Amino acid sequence: MSWIRAHLKMQLDSFALDAAFSAPPVGVTALFGPSGSGKTTLLRCIAGLERAQGSLHVNGELWQDEKTFMPVHRRPMGYVFQEASLFPHLSVRANLEYGLKRIPQAERKVQLEQVAEWLGLSRLIDRRDPAQLSGGERQRVAIGRALLTSPRILLMDEPLSALDTTSKQEILPYLERLHRELNIPVLYVSHALDEVARLADHLVLLEKGRVIASGALGETLARLDLPTAHFDDAGAVIEAVVAQHDEKYHLSKLDFPGGHLWVGKVEQPFGTGVRARVLARDVSIATQAPQGSSINNILNARIEEIRDEGPDKVIVRMQVGDANMLLSRITRRSRDHLGLVAGMYVCAQVKSVALM
Amino acid sequence: MTILDPADLQAVWLTLKLASVSTLLLLLIATPLAWWLAQSGKWYKGAVAAVVALPLVIPPTVLGFYLLLLMGPHGVVGDLTTALNLGRLPFTFAGLVVGSVLFSLPFAVQPIQNAFESMGRRPLEVAATLRANMWDRFVSVALPLARPGFLTAIILAFAHTVGEFGVVLMLGGNIPGETRVLSVAIYNHVEAMEYGPAHWLAGGMVLFSFIVLLSLYLVGGKLWRVSK
Repeated sequence: MSWIRAHLKMQLDSFALDAAFSAPPVGVTALFGPSGSGKTTLLRCIAGLERAQGSLHVNGELWQDEKTFMPVHRRPMGYVFQEASLFPHLSVRANLEYGLKRIPQAERKVQLEQVAEWLGLSRLIDRRDPAQLSGGERQRVAIGRALLTSPRILLMDEPLSALDTTSKQEILPYLERLHRELNIPVLYVSHALDEVARLADHLVLLEKGRVIASGALGETLARLDLPTAHFDDAGAVIEAVVAQHDEKYHLSKLDFPGGHLWVGKVEQPFGTGVRARVLARDVSIATQAPQGSSINNILNARIEEIRDEGPDKVIVRMQVGDANMLLSRITRRSRDHLGLVAGMYVCAQVKSVALM
Repeated sequence: MTILDPADLQAVWLTLKLASVSTLLLLLIATPLAWWLAQSGKWYKGAVAAVVALPLVIPPTVLGFYLLLLMGPHGVVGDLTTALNLGRLPFTFAGLVVGSVLFSLPFAVQPIQNAFESMGRRPLEVAATLRANMWDRFVSVALPLARPGFLTAIILAFAHTVGEFGVVLMLGGNIPGETRVLSVAIYNHVEAMEYGPAHWLAGGMVLFSFIVLLSLYLVGGKLWRVSK
């Protein structure tokens, strides 16, 4: 059974939001779409900050239907806004405690110290004026403040988009850590594909107020009928485990069902799960195993589908092993030259792998 | 120079009392009114805002004239206060308070309303997601964030009431100990060519106003800038 079942409708200035989706009870579900696709509005409707028509169930609990509307402050959720929006009249500690104080003792599952430790806030907690914190620090306090209400779901509205690249890099590990250590489902609004590929497990794709696709991250990103496969940074995501280290060349081997990838050394013990992202533009195709190539990673793959992409390019979806997908962007000429068609067995040459 | 006589001191005391009572009442009335004006999307909000702002543009004597009629023996308010056994308000301290409150209303409402509006919806939304109900959000977030607006409202309302003349004259006349406030006392002295006490009172008023404002700027400097 789905944890979240939503069908929410609302008339906006430019279009009508009419979004139906469900999300699993674990992991991060990304609400992904271009600017103006209604993803933030949808998240605000789920929080009750906007009053939409329709129905919403979370964890078997009715939050909204034609007759009932649970007010925002009764919904057991945490909400992180795009800007940290810390209360300027309260100290950092008082900001963190604002929500904590407002839930009954019995419902408090996390302690201030615990959350502060998780988010690296221990050093900041006794600062009086939140305005003196950096952007990344402020957003971490905002996340901590939301977590301290012991929410049953965490809603995040592009929490990184107001930050510069440095702050983003600083905060991402914390988000991943929350993802790993907290057992709360997260709804995460984003318009950045790399962020989604890094953090999400489940993807809900929005366009002009409608849900055009929804599914597991890896499968959905590999679907050629969706706009995500045609982004410049389109690519596949592979879940792998650290299997071997090569000290001499400073490389690590990542195993996944259907093959392995050599990457720059990962400072993680064997068996650690890692997520690898392979961009379509970094994958080339050979019909025979190439001789004398500098490329480390050559995977046996089967072509599943080929789609035209503009006048000169095509995008190819390949299956590696039983479950994993790869995308490759090549020229139309190469396709015709090599006579590539669905069903062919080929060698996928992976030029670069990004670890998430 | 003539030293101030007890009647003048009484006028000073009465003025401070009037200004304090009026300011206090204004805060009680203006806060919910400003909140409503800042939050409401009702079509008649503009009309309410215009009525609140009226005392800014109509002459005090006109306001005083209509209040006199309303609160007098043939006025609606007059009938009401009589029915409630409160007697009639004109030529009483209570009447002055009513006049002052109405006259200074925009000076209290507008700074508070601006403060509520400039904080935007976000802090209240954040508070709601952190389990604060409406009243809680108002007390724990809106009021503290609007503090600079409240400070401005208090100063303006108080100063405006201290300096009021037209409404007082129309409504309260010149009864020592009851309605003879500073501005009227100064007027009386000048009428009687007693420039000495007039100077003392007028100069004292200037000095008092300056000290109040100065101390607020100095002591309250931090409070003014509490929310950016």
